[in-house]
Amino acid sequence: MSSYDSIVIGGGLVGSSVAYGLARRGLKVALLDEGDVAFRASRGNFGLVWVQSKGLGVPEYQNWSRQSSVLWDDFAQELRQETGVDTQHEHKGGIHVCITEKDFAERKKYMEQMHLEAGETRFEYEMLDQKALKSAVPEIGPEVAGASFTPYDGAANPLYLLRSLHATFLKRGGKYFPQSKVAAIKAMPHDFTVTAGGATFNAPKLVLAAGLGNKALGPLVGLNVPVDPVRGQIFVTERVKPVLSMLTIWVRQMAEGSIMIGESREDAGYNDVTTPEVQQEVAARAVTMFPFLKDVRIVRHWAALRVMSPDGLPIYEQSATCPGAFVATCHSGVTLAAAHALRYAGFVADGVLPAEVARFTNKRFDVQNAA
Amino acid sequence: MFKTLLESGVTVAVTINGTPFAAPAGCTAAAAMLLVNALPTRTTPVTGAPRAPYCMMGVCFDCLAEIDGVPNQQACLITVADGMRIDHQSGKPTIKI
Amino acid sequence: MSTAFDFLIVGAGPAGLAAAATASALGIRTAVVDEQPAPGGQIYRGIESVAAKRPAHLVVLGPDYAAGLDLVKQFRAGKAEYLPDTSVWQIDGERNVFIRANGRTARIAAKQILIAAGAMERPVPIPGWTLPGVMTCGAAQTLLKSTGAVPDGRFVLAGSGPLLLLLAAQLVRVGIKPAAILETRPNYFPALRHLPGFLKSPSYLQKGISLLAELRNAGVAIKSAANLRIGGDDRVREIQYDWHGKTQREAVDLVLLHQGIVPNANLAWSLRCENQWDDLQRCFRPRLDEWGNTSVAGVQIAGDNGGIVGAQASAYSGQLAALGAACALGKISAAERDRLATPLRKRLNAHLRARPFLDALYRPAQETVAPREPETIVCRCEEISAGEIRRIVTEQQCPGPNQMKSFTRCGMGPCQGRLCGLTVVELIAESRGVPVSEVGYYRIRSPIRPVTVGELARLEG
Repeated sequence: MSSYDSIVIGGGLVGSSVAYGLARRGLKVALLDEGDVAFRASRGNFGLVWVQSKGLGVPEYQNWSRQSSVLWDDFAQELRQETGVDTQHEHKGGIHVCITEKDFAERKKYMEQMHLEAGETRFEYEMLDQKALKSAVPEIGPEVAGASFTPYDGAANPLYLLRSLHATFLKRGGKYFPQSKVAAIKAMPHDFTVTAGGATFNAPKLVLAAGLGNKALGPLVGLNVPVDPVRGQIFVTERVKPVLSMLTIWVRQMAEGSIMIGESREDAGYNDVTTPEVQQEVAARAVTMFPFLKDVRIVRHWAALRVMSPDGLPIYEQSATCPGAFVATCHSGVTLAAAHALRYAGFVADGVLPAEVARFTNKRFDVQNAA
Repeated sequence: MFKTLLESGVTVAVTINGTPFAAPAGCTAAAAMLLVNALPTRTTPVTGAPRAPYCMMGVCFDCLAEIDGVPNQQACLITVADGMRIDHQSGKPTIKI
Repeated sequence: MSTAFDFLIVGAGPAGLAAAATASALGIRTAVVDEQPAPGGQIYRGIESVAAKRPAHLVVLGPDYAAGLDLVKQFRAGKAEYLPDTSVWQIDGERNVFIRANGRTARIAAKQILIAAGAMERPVPIPGWTLPGVMTCGAAQTLLKSTGAVPDGRFVLAGSGPLLLLLAAQLVRVGIKPAAILETRPNYFPALRHLPGFLKSPSYLQKGISLLAELRNAGVAIKSAANLRIGGDDRVREIQYDWHGKTQREAVDLVLLHQGIVPNANLAWSLRCENQWDDLQRCFRPRLDEWGNTSVAGVQIAGDNGGIVGAQASAYSGQLAALGAACALGKISAAERDRLATPLRKRLNAHLRARPFLDALYRPAQETVAPREPETIVCRCEEISAGEIRRIVTEQQCPGPNQMKSFTRCGMGPCQGRLCGLTVVELIAESRGVPVSEVGYYRIRSPIRPVTVGELARLEG
């Protein structure tokens, strides 16, 4: 049996961000990961560091996302300096495209509400009507009604982020254990023994960051983690010379030239296969947004399962019966990577989740159930 | 690099990098490029490295060329046609808006 | 064109053509989809054109090629519908087959699907293999078959396998002589115990001996070579190799590589057909029963796509699959199916008896499948080297090819891992010190062949 200051279960974007944050604070960390083939929401991520659509009615979520997007600038630098891997972070704002006039009117109301709720924090945005949008994004399709813009949005390369997090974690003395799916957990306050991949690990802190796997693991440490899969399908095209003027929510051009196109939200259980109906819908919408895409070739089409809580918000909680056990789950692993590494990991290290993230405890589900 | 054994036979008028060539009827655009020794037939979008057809059966994607103005075409899967323009592809293609 | 068939066959090579003939003769509504413009697959490529326009080449290409003519004629005379110049880019979970032809996409419903997509050359990652003027032996054969084109200039054949000798002989017959055949060492000793089976199988030994004799008489140098390196700038200029312990350097205009063939199975993997690692052939092959049924209901595989068996065995394999499909479709009873199958299975097994010897003799060497030189490009599309792959395994404990793909982009290019997959898994296995069967393979996704965003948006059917 080997001893650590903290065990993190889950080597995806959430797990590796938290593990890196803990190692950064000087803790000795064991990061346990599944095998090469697993659901791995991180490998299906679109890579946006998206702020404008986060937290309508829940200003705490908007603040948390905004904070993360601000921290991301230095975070990306730090990762690049430490690992040599460029996460290709960009932070120049982004647009949420509204295809129809109805979409545009609804989005306008949405943005007004976000602005109101932000209060002193300030939520700056701009509604671009058809003319303004065409001027800012000449390649936009003639049918598109408009878009909303905020300067807060950005993006990164999710796979390079994952690679970079793993590399910097190892560099700071972290220990990584792939092919180590958890077989058993013996949990006591501030004392956790985990059996995984034929080995045993012990630590006074444990972080569940296993995505959909948290649902089954949670109860073992006295945590309720009601997450369910929501499938999303994404395409990626061949590499082309730079052509997209702005970052948009459903179509973005990566640094190497390929264009990512998404996204869908489907209730398909634990089934991560792609489907023709969604293929057609997503492709058709992409062509409406950017007619030039009709002649661009698709190289790959994949599906991944988002880790979705009932209200779509993250779940951050420390176990009451087994203090020292934490959970972190969300469906925005790239957006929140900086916050997870540079703030949430700190909360875990200090052993206390502050009021700032109180809105995200799982106790809110008890209230919902009781109501 | 390759030459044809067919002494006579139907040919098809194409241009390769702007130069006219009488390609044997039925041959692929990739074969036509090899017959005029137009190597390299492309440079890669990653590093600009020189490439040319490798497998001639559609699995390697190294024969990507611009055919009649359309980029990223697998030249080994396209049969030559009268007036076809076969062109070297440099790095990433430019998309016309 | 109909949008529904009882039996849809992907691939018009020997397995596909034979299956189509058998199925349509039993009255099953059959279609064959193939991306080439004429039937024959890779082995019988261009055969109708050769027979019609330059029959002398039938002799040049040899009796194994010419034998395909009957198969093609039988197919043309049969009732199966034929969709040439058509690629299959996706098959969904309900046996809908998504095709692309003439810039348009469509969907065909099928009750039973046979994937007979054949084989491709094993990638041969050696330093310099990405240079213009380096091609596969199969590519040279394709040029000879489909275009009557031959190498012009100084060239060598390099690698291992019966195809090297066959190609050399075919070229010699039209007056084109390679400067040398650089043969990486076959494995005589391990192959010996399979020799009795080989000797009992139809004519393979005789073919091998007669090819060698033909080449010797033509004065073609066959050298036992190691440590091949190709050099050049914007194209190949020279090849370097070790021979009799000394390093040789020769100027060349063309290098033709070959290290055997492997299933071209991305379509099967995209359906998540269960696979198994074949350590003798050093490739993944789908798990099949005796009728070619995969682990996916209603989907069968026949011919080289299920593991390399050769052209003649592929044809029998296709016929057996068609019988299996006919029974599954309720067209014939199981008893009738078994009765018709018996003579076919006997002939198939006769051919399969030669395989263990050939597979053992030509089993690619460790350094062929897991290149030692770190600068050797492994992923041609994304230009990832062997050294980088090994480093990611040792420094970041990357356990398998999907994590490798996530971290390096290896396998994310347009070829979808066809030319790097086998190399990547062998490098990971060697670096981790585990068998390849433990490493697994890439998760393959559609589209298996490129389609444009616009074609997807306008999907018909």
